[in-house]
Amino acid sequence: MESTIIKSRNFNASFGTNHVVKNVNIDIPRNHIIAVMGPSGCGKTTYLRCINRMHELIPGATSNGEMKLNEEDVYQMHPIFVRLKIGMVFQRPNPFPNLSIYDNVIAGYKLNGIKLPKAQRDEIVERSLTKVAMWKEVKDSLQKKGSFLSGGQQQRLCIARTVAMEPEVILFDEPTSALDPISTSTVEELFHELKTNYTLIIVTHNMQQAARVSDKTAFFFLGELVEYDETKTMFTNPKDNRTQNYITGRFS
Amino acid sequence: MDGKNIKLRLGKSYGFQWLIYVLAFACLLPLLAILFYIVKAGITKINWHFLVNIPKPVGESGGGIANALVGSIIIILVASIIAIPIGIMAGVYLSENRRSRLAYWCRLSTDILQGVPSIVVGIVAYFWLVRPWSIPLGIFHWHITNKGGFSAVSGSFALAIMMLPIIVRSTEETLKLLPDTLKEAALALGMPFHRVIFKVIVPVGISGILSGVMLSVARITGETAPLLFTAFGNPYLSVNIGKPMQSLPLLIFNYATSPYTDWLNLAWGASLILLFWVLFLNIFTKVITRKWKVQL
Repeated sequence: MESTIIKSRNFNASFGTNHVVKNVNIDIPRNHIIAVMGPSGCGKTTYLRCINRMHELIPGATSNGEMKLNEEDVYQMHPIFVRLKIGMVFQRPNPFPNLSIYDNVIAGYKLNGIKLPKAQRDEIVERSLTKVAMWKEVKDSLQKKGSFLSGGQQQRLCIARTVAMEPEVILFDEPTSALDPISTSTVEELFHELKTNYTLIIVTHNMQQAARVSDKTAFFFLGELVEYDETKTMFTNPKDNRTQNYITGRFS
Repeated sequence: MDGKNIKLRLGKSYGFQWLIYVLAFACLLPLLAILFYIVKAGITKINWHFLVNIPKPVGESGGGIANALVGSIIIILVASIIAIPIGIMAGVYLSENRRSRLAYWCRLSTDILQGVPSIVVGIVAYFWLVRPWSIPLGIFHWHITNKGGFSAVSGSFALAIMMLPIIVRSTEETLKLLPDTLKEAALALGMPFHRVIFKVIVPVGISGILSGVMLSVARITGETAPLLFTAFGNPYLSVNIGKPMQSLPLLIFNYATSPYTDWLNLAWGASLILLFWVLFLNIFTKVITRKWKVQL
């Protein structure tokens, strides 16, 4: 029996009067890769941002319902702790442009004012960059600015920055949509490596990607969670008509 | 269309091109003329003696502007200490809360403040800080009293008011241009708001913020009007900000209108120093904005 890490019940989210996530119930198992797919505007990104409480930062944004991390209500915790436990990687690579590669990886500690001995910092940087398969590429240029890297490297740097904080869950908001195909495949390979230590939730509008990388897939349509199943089942034998239509490309 | 007509048209076009050349050049002339005139009149007056001595009484030759230099530096430093933190914080607020009611009024008031004549700002500082006042508290005949009197700090206060709008708006404009993804990156790492601001947003926008600060300093360096009835001026060297203090623009104002050659010379020399100061600040601003610019 696999344990559930994220559990939401009757979860709703809105922007003002615009109800974008409707009554979502989902159980996300630990150390799995979950793909969240659906057409544009279906509420998948909004749902993702609700998990680590980034949604509420937008003026006028509201949400209600149950969202639990390890049986603890995320909305009863302080958002700072939530975000330390549930990391996030964004659509566009966003390394801190004023910091070096080294400082970018350690940013979660450095900028939060957590003092660590140098040896431990070095170790975290090396471990995190190794996890994102970047250590060999950048170990000689750790003091260069993060913004000098290529787009794909920047995105992996952002993943390393998130991994460095040792979260339990990492949310990816269309992590490869701003990357070229080669960088995309590098990042996708990473997902499999990261799965052993973390739970990954990946929002993507790319069905092939969902099919390639995920264990389970959730399909959102017009704010509703239409179907949530093993990825294989989902792509070969969807139960819902709308999923069927989406997968076969009848609407997008 | 015949040949004669085309010549006329070409001639007009050619003439117009020349006209805009000449008018563009005309914009350079005032600065060049001022530079030339002040450098010519002032450069011979400046020497070591001029920088480290205070003005001599009428009848004695020589003397310098040490008191005005020290005074200007102190007054501007105190003004900066007052205005920079408030200005940057307000700018951060405006860029973070673009649509709130307070932001609207704050933006409006900084815009108006920018256009308020400096003499009016001086009057306000005069009424609040220089003129003695006493407000009864309503119990036990207690009063809040201000003894008043001309002081450097009241001058700094007036200048700080003049610096504020420039710092606020340049901070706001700089921070508004930063992508939201930067803030999200910081928040997603579990940073509290104040750390997001001080460790990420402000450091990334530092070149724009600094350039606003430098420009505001350059702007108030030459302000005379608000100092006339606040810092007042002082023929001696003083470092007490609670007492009247000399400053470069005050020295120029007082000595340039005097009939004594020695004092006129001091005024010319001081003008040149003031001019170089402002010029240096402007160039320095350009250099640091380029050097400290964070490539996004």
